[in-house]
Amino acid sequence: MKSLAELQALKQKAIENVNLRKEREDGTRVVVGMATCGIAAGARPVMTAFLEEINKRNLQNVVVEQTGCIGLCRLEPIVEIYAPGQDKVTYIKMTPEKVARIVSEHIVNGQVVSEYTIGSAGM
Amino acid sequence: MQEISLNILDIVQNSVRAGATLIEVELREDTDEDILSFSVKDNGCGMDSDMVARVMDPFVTTRTTRKVGMGISLLRSAAQATGGDVELTSEVGKGTFIEARFSYSHIDRQPLGDIAGTMTALISMNPEIDFCYRHTFNKRVFELSTKEMKDILGEVPLSDPTVAAWIKDYIDEGIANIYGGAE
Ligand SMILES: Nc1ncnc2c1ncn2[C@@H]1O[C@H](COP(=O)(O)OP(=O)(O)OP(=O)(O)O)[C@@H](O)[C@H]1O
Ligand SMILES: [Mg+2]
Repeated sequence: MKSLAELQALKQKAIENVNLRKEREDGTRVVVGMATCGIAAGARPVMTAFLEEINKRNLQNVVVEQTGCIGLCRLEPIVEIYAPGQDKVTYIKMTPEKVARIVSEHIVNGQVVSEYTIGSAGM
Repeated sequence: MQEISLNILDIVQNSVRAGATLIEVELREDTDEDILSFSVKDNGCGMDSDMVARVMDPFVTTRTTRKVGMGISLLRSAAQATGGDVELTSEVGKGTFIEARFSYSHIDRQPLGDIAGTMTALISMNPEIDFCYRHTFNKRVFELSTKEMKDILGEVPLSDPTVAAWIKDYIDEGIANIYGGAE
């Protein structure tokens, strides 16, 4: 049975990550659209998948954030990625299955997964 | 929405947008009374009585990105389809209370779905907001307060992915326990 006492132990591990993060300001931001349109289209499992993948790979310089309606409801779930030294990249019609590839190719290796981006939708 | 837990996520987003610093989510499942209900109470900016009256209307929103607000009216039709309803009270500068009731056994009631996923998303995306979650299944209760967690975690934010993963497991286990565990 899990208890809050476990959090104490977790803290020791997490605190090193916090310090690492402070040292490198060059972090990547993953922003998930979480208004009604995004939620209805499946934004929550996409967000969960990002958190899990980042945790699994123990990436220290990536944060997941939420935003409201991006104004492109029919393309939801939408995820915007702000990587250091790169323009914002907008991924559309996201699914949890697409997440692992975006994390490994884009966030870790800096290669945008073009076929999932808004550009590939002919917009 | 395919799951009631997604309606909950959506309704709590209204409280986040209203600038709340404390959000209390209560979920009640009572199979004897045949009720599934949830409420969200926040200390955000609130609404005047005029706005409250109009808010059940799908064409009311203070959004600027699009003209139609859907969250509350979607929730209302989902609740009414089961013979339930939504109640909303609010006061400007004080906050808002919204409660949705569903008939537990009604065939058109959406499944509750991944409520641990909903709460984890809310908590880790809004680490500065205090969340209280109380879930009752018949007489059994699971409760969580992020204030307690913050006290333990200190400078480690609730948005830390390792912490978020732990919170999800913690809630999943707590809920499994009220559904089936020993008294
Ligand atoms: N907890 C709250 N505190 C203050 N205002 C609220 C709250 N909940 C709803 N409102 C007001 O009611 C309006 C309608 O809410 P509703 O959820 O139906 O649509 P929306 O949030 O505007 O858009 P959508 O939910 O479709 O993304 C909101 O725009 C907001 O002005
Ligand atoms: Mg809303």
